[in-house]
Amino acid sequence: METYQADIVIVGAGGAGLRAAIAAAQSDPQLNIALISKVYPMRSHTVAAEGGSAGVNQAHDSFDYHFNDTVSGGDWLCEQDVVDYFVRQCPEEMVQMEHWGCPWSRKADGHINVRAFGGMKIERTWFAADKTGFHMLHTLFQTSLQFPSIKRFDEYFCADLLVDEGRAQGVLAIEIASGECTLIEARSVIMATGGAGRVFRENTNGGIVTGDGMALAYRHGVPLRDMEFVQYHPTCMPRTGLLFTEACRGEGGFLINKDGYRYLQDYGLGPAEAQPRNKFMELGPRDRLSQAFWYEQQKGRTIDGPLGSVVHLDLRHLGAAVLRERLPLICELAEDFLGVDPAREPIPVRPAVHYTMGGILVDGRCASPLPGLYAAGECSSVGIHGANRLGSNSLAELCVFGKVAGIEAAAFARATARGNSAALLAQAVATEAKLRAMLNHDGSERIAVLRREMAETMEQGCGIYRQHDTMQQCCDTLAQLKERFKQVNIEDKSSVWNSDWMLAIELGYQLEVAEAMAHSALQRKESRGAHQRLDGFERRDDENYLKHSLALHRPDGAPRIEYGAVNITKSQPAVRAYGAAGLAAEKESGHD
Amino acid sequence: MTEQIIRMEVMRYRPEQDEAPWLQSFDVPYSDDMSVLQGLNYIKDELDESLSFRWSCRMAICGSCGMMVDGVPKLACKTFLRDYPGTVRVEALHHFPIERDLVVVLDDFMEKLERIQPYIIPRQEQALSEGEYLQTPTQLERYAQFSSCINCLLCYAACPQYGLDSSFLGPGAIALLHRYNMDSRDGASEQRMELVAAEEGVFHCTAVGYCSEVCPKHVDPANAVNLNKTRAAGDYFLRFAKPKGRCQ
Repeated sequence: METYQADIVIVGAGGAGLRAAIAAAQSDPQLNIALISKVYPMRSHTVAAEGGSAGVNQAHDSFDYHFNDTVSGGDWLCEQDVVDYFVRQCPEEMVQMEHWGCPWSRKADGHINVRAFGGMKIERTWFAADKTGFHMLHTLFQTSLQFPSIKRFDEYFCADLLVDEGRAQGVLAIEIASGECTLIEARSVIMATGGAGRVFRENTNGGIVTGDGMALAYRHGVPLRDMEFVQYHPTCMPRTGLLFTEACRGEGGFLINKDGYRYLQDYGLGPAEAQPRNKFMELGPRDRLSQAFWYEQQKGRTIDGPLGSVVHLDLRHLGAAVLRERLPLICELAEDFLGVDPAREPIPVRPAVHYTMGGILVDGRCASPLPGLYAAGECSSVGIHGANRLGSNSLAELCVFGKVAGIEAAAFARATARGNSAALLAQAVATEAKLRAMLNHDGSERIAVLRREMAETMEQGCGIYRQHDTMQQCCDTLAQLKERFKQVNIEDKSSVWNSDWMLAIELGYQLEVAEAMAHSALQRKESRGAHQRLDGFERRDDENYLKHSLALHRPDGAPRIEYGAVNITKSQPAVRAYGAAGLAAEKESGHD
Repeated sequence: MTEQIIRMEVMRYRPEQDEAPWLQSFDVPYSDDMSVLQGLNYIKDELDESLSFRWSCRMAICGSCGMMVDGVPKLACKTFLRDYPGTVRVEALHHFPIERDLVVVLDDFMEKLERIQPYIIPRQEQALSEGEYLQTPTQLERYAQFSSCINCLLCYAACPQYGLDSSFLGPGAIALLHRYNMDSRDGASEQRMELVAAEEGVFHCTAVGYCSEVCPKHVDPANAVNLNKTRAAGDYFLRFAKPKGRCQ
């Protein structure tokens, strides 16, 4: 087997992985950094983020405001010390992106411009038109090309994490072009593999977003934290799930039902005013907006379109010039995919799965409980999103915690001796044998069928509103699917670019992650943030559930769910309110 | 939505068993909202699991799914089956070695991308604590369009010169090079102009302009090439007038 000796191996070359690689390279140019990705870095799903990235930037804004928005937005399930660090680092990281060439939108005087975003009290979202993720990803990737110590393994699929002597020591990867396995030894490992939204049917995610790093860490005993919290983005294209950025509403767009009525005012987000107002109406948080859609649908006030029930995202009053300047990608998507010109017609939208708030358990320095294993970005749960992420906090997270992970993994690598190569090779050989057995086995189950059934049961059981019976059914179905997966058939037996084989391994990852989500959801008997129940647990229950869930892998059977404490430093749990009620609550608590 | 049937003729090439690429036909049911990519995914899920192609975002921003659709370079995700009544032919991008089926080898472009130094080499170093470099909307406008390249490589498949001689830097890389040269924060355009004026640089281009026509992001690489031809020609004469230095 090919073997490569690195000091640090980073799995995933999206925003977090690239930021980590650069930070590690800058912290010590002597370190040999292996950056592996199953796609070319610029294809990573960071590319699809649209609206912007948070960072306090105005004189009348403050770190405390950003902190309070984030913690209340997360329904108090955030690690407050980590949020505090995060909000203080955001502005410098955004300036760092600027110095590296990110084409941030500007004010007339040449300073950075910021826009309003949902759940944010003050405008603090840095943006590059409506292609912010694309520009950040390309900026990071192109910047990374300056560092000779970053050795890229493009289109290498991570098939296992190698753990020996109680610490992470490398990965086994399949070179997709040849089907050959490579062992990459390292003294520390960073997971930066992104989310897992593809376990659901209707989602905004790219095909590659399959929870690989989450599943690998989980299989090796690292808990997945807060996995029941899955974000539905309220404004997505029906059927395909493609995203229409929250910036549409930040720029002043309206959401209207079949009567032309701005229905959000009926759900504690009003009053409705002509001008956008922060934390009111369309600028409420994503969980509340998606929940409001669900109620509108129950009331028969959504619009029946050829692609399902929708409401209308109305941007007409913004005018063609503003739309072209601020929302060019949205115009392109609406025109190309729906034949709708947003300057003349409203866009049909509905909620779709967008983001996994939970992930690999790590502390505020991105270290997991497994020594030598770090994680950053959507695959991780560093603790800033709680039960509901605010839009534009995730791009900032990639930078802030990508950097932390890079620096910490570099320090760990410097302080740690190389492991036992023979033992690692033996593990890699054993894993390769299993992967090849899977490839050569003539099974009876088809990948596409299992994947479809998984996505359907997740949508039934773990959607916007949840109840015991459908969640239990989802857990049961997932257990059956895992059993059937043992008989999965890989039709393609060849070596070169065998995507069928990769899809089968990904499906294995997805089933693990889906199970962690469903069981965490079933056992949380309250409603908080993106986890909303209709079966007698409609309220938040701080007494019993102001806790993180921790899903622990069991090789044969359902995950064990444990709970961990939430670190509350300065914001005591309070009523989470928006609109006029939110303003009153802020005044009362002295947070205004 | 009413379902219709389209015949998709898809290029197959499995180096372990095929001597040369060939076309395989599949009858695919489709509705008016379905893209070529969705058609390919239907084939992979329902008809032939062994078909390989790159894709991810489905929304024309990741740049993975460039391929020839009826002989024209297109992103499969934003090309719609409804526009090809009856039959559609889907092949690997022209001008690149084929790895397998619709997957081409990208090494050449990745190497070129590295050679153009696609990063800010600051005119003047500024500490992070000093905040952002000022850049007015007008200054941003000078390079914004060229920064929209998604590296999908449709322009390379369209470029007859690249097809003849792949040493040519090519439209995408030149557009990105121009993006950095036009950025008010950057001070390394002289360094990059050496590559522009070199043998593999802009003078390869015969001004066909097809690259800009197929660009799904309206980057207009042909314009970047033209602007650099003018500048490189000017530089050539200036070289005699003043002593030449490397990057300072």
